[in-house]
Amino acid sequence: MSEALIIRRLSKAYVPGKPVLHDIDVAIAAEGITAIIGPSGTGKSTLIRCINRLVEPTAGEILFDGLDLARLSGVALRHARRQIGMMFQEYNLVERLTVMENLLCGRLGYVSPGRAWRRKFPSADIERAQSLLDTVGLAGFANRRADALSGGQRQRVGIARAVMQEPRLMLADEPTSSLDPKTSVEIMELLAGVARSHRIPVLINMHDVALARRFADRILGMAGGRIVFDDAPAALSDTMLKQIYGGEDWLH
Amino acid sequence: MSHKAPVTPATPYTFPTSRAAQITFALLAVYVAYALTQLDVSLERVQQGLAHSSRFLGRMIPPNFARAELLWKGLAESLQIAVLASALGIVLALPFGLLGARNLMPPWVSWPARLIVVLARSFHPVVVAILFVKAVGFGALAGILALTVASIGFIGKLFTEAIEEVSIKQVEAVRATGAPFMSVLAFGVLPQVFSRFIGFATYQLDSNLRNSTMVGIVGAGGIGGTLFAAFQRFDYDFVSAILLSIIALIMAGEVLATAVRRVFIDNATLRQLFRRGSPSHDRPLDDD
Repeated sequence: MSEALIIRRLSKAYVPGKPVLHDIDVAIAAEGITAIIGPSGTGKSTLIRCINRLVEPTAGEILFDGLDLARLSGVALRHARRQIGMMFQEYNLVERLTVMENLLCGRLGYVSPGRAWRRKFPSADIERAQSLLDTVGLAGFANRRADALSGGQRQRVGIARAVMQEPRLMLADEPTSSLDPKTSVEIMELLAGVARSHRIPVLINMHDVALARRFADRILGMAGGRIVFDDAPAALSDTMLKQIYGGEDWLH
Repeated sequence: MSHKAPVTPATPYTFPTSRAAQITFALLAVYVAYALTQLDVSLERVQQGLAHSSRFLGRMIPPNFARAELLWKGLAESLQIAVLASALGIVLALPFGLLGARNLMPPWVSWPARLIVVLARSFHPVVVAILFVKAVGFGALAGILALTVASIGFIGKLFTEAIEEVSIKQVEAVRATGAPFMSVLAFGVLPQVFSRFIGFATYQLDSNLRNSTMVGIVGAGGIGGTLFAAFQRFDYDFVSAILLSIIALIMAGEVLATAVRRVFIDNATLRQLFRRGSPSHDRPLDDD
């Protein structure tokens, strides 16, 4: 299978001389779910955010669709971002907009600012948004304001907004960390469904090792800003987990 | 960790006043006494003043509305000055407010924008009005320009502060979809600040109404000129008529501002607007 995303020698230092990511080398296949696990502060979020340049990489290449994302700027960067859907731990919906407007945010890369200001979206976009709301179980919520939704409902809007982009790569930064266990599984099932039906790669940061094992096709373990494990979930042993997270008391 | 609590010496007084504070108060008292002697403020003068003012107040009653036409013309001009200056001021304050926001703009853009807003705020509207009277001549135009400058200075700063307080997470999410900058503003920034903008704008209208009754004193149009002339001719009954009309104008402005806020922030319909009673609370209570 060909690779959709190739990361080469990616480094990021927020403070010069103190890198958070050390020369990350990884290639993501064109399909399937890749989960990134690891302790807090080890650079998982930074890695995900470097890909769509919410964080500026310090060095390295991020090859996607024949382009080096790390070097893009202006219109080229916006066009690359259109292809990359993103979900956030705290959902990051625009609180004072309706659910429908939040979904249509996913089309802003394709609609001129003038039309966006006047809320003149193509009717095809609106129909798609309605059917996506059905898919994520929020039929009838289109005109509800985002701040009136529960956490689980917000993350469903978060998925739908990302899918509205028709992404060719999906990034998710701890999408279930603010949710209860049952809702977390439901969100992961939706995300896995998106990965299957759209045949796109999904890259997820997770804290929940069990959830990662259950849904991911491949697990990357990070520690100290480096990838220390890269294999199928079945290969993730307790010894390996000790190495990733340090200590062992928490395992029992 | 040590288990022995350190023994602190008993303080002689629980709330000691610091030496510096005592000296500051003493200096302040000395300056007040000095200023009183410098400005020739004495008890006799206050007594004389009270006598003058009782005579003056007596001549104000009853108010004389005989020159209603003159009164109306002045009030209408003040209202026009206030509305035009508010509209122009808000339109111009929006870009300056946005350009001054340090979370969205690079420093080389935000500092000049902030400088312009600070300059617009540095003088009292009456001082600016005097400058414009000299520049464009007597009349309402000078008043409009003066209050426009004041509006830019005031709400430009408030707009900037509101934009700097938005949740950057929401902006980031919209940016991550590949939206162009103007669309990020429309969907990520404006929804977060819109209700506050309306609040600032109606507040500025209120403030401009008040100031528009004053710029006339320096010849920049509006009821202020009429008021000043009446004072100088000792027509105190007409003065009181003008003052009562200004109060009515300000109160009408208050009602108007409330209506504008209800339409834009609570999405009230016209019918709800004219219905009595308190606004319904179908929005979350933490909504400002």
